[in-house]
Amino acid sequence: MLHPITINHYLVLSVMLLVIGIIGMLVRRNVVVMMMSVELILNAANVNLIAFGKHLQDLNGQIFAIFVIVVAVAEAAIGLGILIALFRNKETVQVDEIDLLKW
Amino acid sequence: MLDTMFFYMFALLAVGGAILTITMRSAVHCAVSLIASLAGVAGLYLLQKAEFLFAVQIVLYIGGIMVLFLFVIMLVNLDSAAKERQFHRRWIGGGVAAGLAGASVLWLLSKGAHSFGSPAAQAAPSQDGNIEQLADLLFREYLVPFELASLLLLVAIVGSVLMAKKRTS
Repeated sequence: MLHPITINHYLVLSVMLLVIGIIGMLVRRNVVVMMMSVELILNAANVNLIAFGKHLQDLNGQIFAIFVIVVAVAEAAIGLGILIALFRNKETVQVDEIDLLKW
Repeated sequence: MLDTMFFYMFALLAVGGAILTITMRSAVHCAVSLIASLAGVAGLYLLQKAEFLFAVQIVLYIGGIMVLFLFVIMLVNLDSAAKERQFHRRWIGGGVAAGLAGASVLWLLSKGAHSFGSPAAQAAPSQDGNIEQLADLLFREYLVPFELASLLLLVAIVGSVLMAKKRTS
């Protein structure tokens, strides 16, 4: 009754993580949670890369996943730095109250 | 058989943690749920014999990025934010857009499923482990991207310090 795991399982899981990440990105008002959603989306991409690397017996997928993680780290560091500067100036983390560029 | 069971366990951990991440009210709870989700994904890496990425996921994501997130949550006082409305007024539009995006990705995947190819024959287990093979590839073929990545991290360090420090003027 339990089927062996194929690449399709991993792809569907990756799409689920992607959709959850996009929903969190679009729907939440808290900037910190939005950044966590970005991490979810990047993880979905990594799951895909590793699954195809395993499927094709190719290590390049894992190398790509390493670079994705490096970029995610850089993004988190910069983003949280910006967030601290933003909170210092505006005293809020709700995105719809940060509308300085909106006319 | 055991693989299948572990896959569903880790997948449940990953997806359940992700759902809790975007629905919890307090940002600290969100961060803890995200840690569970990342741990589930790390388990999936281990199932696919990507041992190095498993270690990187634990050390860098759970040990690095998530601690950074928790640190910022402590620094930026979010207690008042937890009492407010958590979702946009037009959340239905966001949900529909995300559903459409997921449906289109699934549609494209099912359209292209025949081009995935059959699973490559299990290569003869080589003498080197996963980490040795990755290191060979990373330091030979991908040396320039590797150096560029280190430059990117340097820029990120300087940038985040610059962003977060107090303006003294």
